[in-house]
Amino acid sequence: MSGNNIPYRRFKEKIFKGLCRLMTFSAILILGVLLYHIVSEGWERLSSDFFNNLPSRRPSQAGIKPALWGTIWLMGLTALFAIPLAVASALYLEEYAKKNKLNYWIDINIANLAGVPSIVYGMLGLLFFVRVLALGNSLLAGALTLTLLILPVIITSAREAIRAVPRGLRQASLALGASQWQTIWFHVLPASLPGILTGVILSLSRAIGETAPLIMVGAAMYIANVPEGPMDSYSALPMQIYDWSSRPQVEFHELAAAAIMALLGILLFMNGIAVWIRQHYQVKGK
Amino acid sequence: MNSHIIEKNKAGNSPDVRKDIKIKTVDLKVFYGEHQALFDISLNIPSKQVTALIGPSGCGKSTFLRTLNRMNDLIDSVRVEGSVLIDNQDIYTSEIDVVSLRKNVGMVFQKSNPFPKTIYENIAFGPRIHGEKNKSSLDHIVERSLNQAGLWNEVKDRLNSSALALSGGQQQRLCIARAIAVDPQILLMDEPASALDPKSTTRIEDLIGELRKDYAIVIVTHNMQQAARVSDVTAFFYEGQMVECDDTEHIFTNPKEERTEDYITGRFG
Repeated sequence: MSGNNIPYRRFKEKIFKGLCRLMTFSAILILGVLLYHIVSEGWERLSSDFFNNLPSRRPSQAGIKPALWGTIWLMGLTALFAIPLAVASALYLEEYAKKNKLNYWIDINIANLAGVPSIVYGMLGLLFFVRVLALGNSLLAGALTLTLLILPVIITSAREAIRAVPRGLRQASLALGASQWQTIWFHVLPASLPGILTGVILSLSRAIGETAPLIMVGAAMYIANVPEGPMDSYSALPMQIYDWSSRPQVEFHELAAAAIMALLGILLFMNGIAVWIRQHYQVKGK
Repeated sequence: MNSHIIEKNKAGNSPDVRKDIKIKTVDLKVFYGEHQALFDISLNIPSKQVTALIGPSGCGKSTFLRTLNRMNDLIDSVRVEGSVLIDNQDIYTSEIDVVSLRKNVGMVFQKSNPFPKTIYENIAFGPRIHGEKNKSSLDHIVERSLNQAGLWNEVKDRLNSSALALSGGQQQRLCIARAIAVDPQILLMDEPASALDPKSTTRIEDLIGELRKDYAIVIVTHNMQQAARVSDVTAFFYEGQMVECDDTEHIFTNPKEERTEDYITGRFG
């Protein structure tokens, strides 16, 4: 239209851009303040003793060994259960399932399950795994509960990764006389693997910080030994953090901050793996 | 309104001199859900010749092509009636194994679709899934197929580099090499050169001329000059019907149907 409102439009453009930038920086700023707070509080407590000691009533001797190993066990078992289940479900829904009412219903419910609060999964785990299957307060019950929690999210992200595989790739394979299984195994899965793994790791990162469902299925606040098998009782880092930060003494708050740093360290490490996988495969694909 | 055409089709369209019929369709109908895409197509496709399918977009020529290796099976709502006989055997009966059918009927797509793997792996995949494990036989198949596709000299020094690094025309010839690596008898090509530059197109057309010695080739094309250049037989499709099928020379010089003439002279389509 007329040219004389162009300066005004430029002005609006600048304002909008500035606002977006401000929002972005404020998010990072808040994260930075949080991190600074935690690091300055917990830094002194980080030592090899902290990682190798059992929790204790005396802050100077308290450590996170059982909780740290509990978390590692939980993640390992959860990944073990969740990955095959999620990949198989995603493959079924994307590659085999026909478009009918049943599958539409499954679709909607998986999306809904992703939005269910984690404490509800905790109650389900308590009822089904702890009581009905009589797994008790074991790592297995905790891991199965976390599996349920992250399964819908992994399925959804795996489906997206599978759907992103070009149709031409499948057609090329099928037209050569490959069976659907061969097409999936040799072409669809390798092509979607980076996406699937990224989803898995990000979901595990979510599970690692969950406290509510673990409280429900009986993870211990205090435990004096490192778990040695899936039927052992366990604690986990978020439980330990929750316990310490709810005590009145300042020393325990410092311990909680140090434990948070350990948890963040694991998270960063896992996200780093996700980034590495994505880049590694992208380079290889080209 | 098109009933006279159907009558003609039923009366038989094939040039009677052709001896070696590779594919024969009888009253072939294809439905996508409620929509009928093909009407009573009866067509004979000769072996060791090139058959071109021409017609305006949406006329059903690609659908027809895809019934010949049952790629239409991949679409949920598709329904096929009538019969498709390859070497006198109906490929839509339950005894037919789709896997061995597709081994026998290769396909090259409009958009080149190499696997995101090495050049060698692209060719070796087909023979391997059909049971060839011997490394030196695979090497031999790879070299022979690439040679047949006229690509060997360009890629022999980089068989282990990614197929995606090849140019568009090379990728399409790689796809042809991949299709013939499983030793099919029939080669279906769905507008194989429509996304390529003129020079690459010429190479593909030359290649088709070479391959017709060994395979029955069915090619869908939008390019009438291309149909005239590469094919021995041409079938003209219009609105899901096959209007006319004859020697390419006849179709382009002396078509029987007015509609065919209108199309090839560019009056519509």
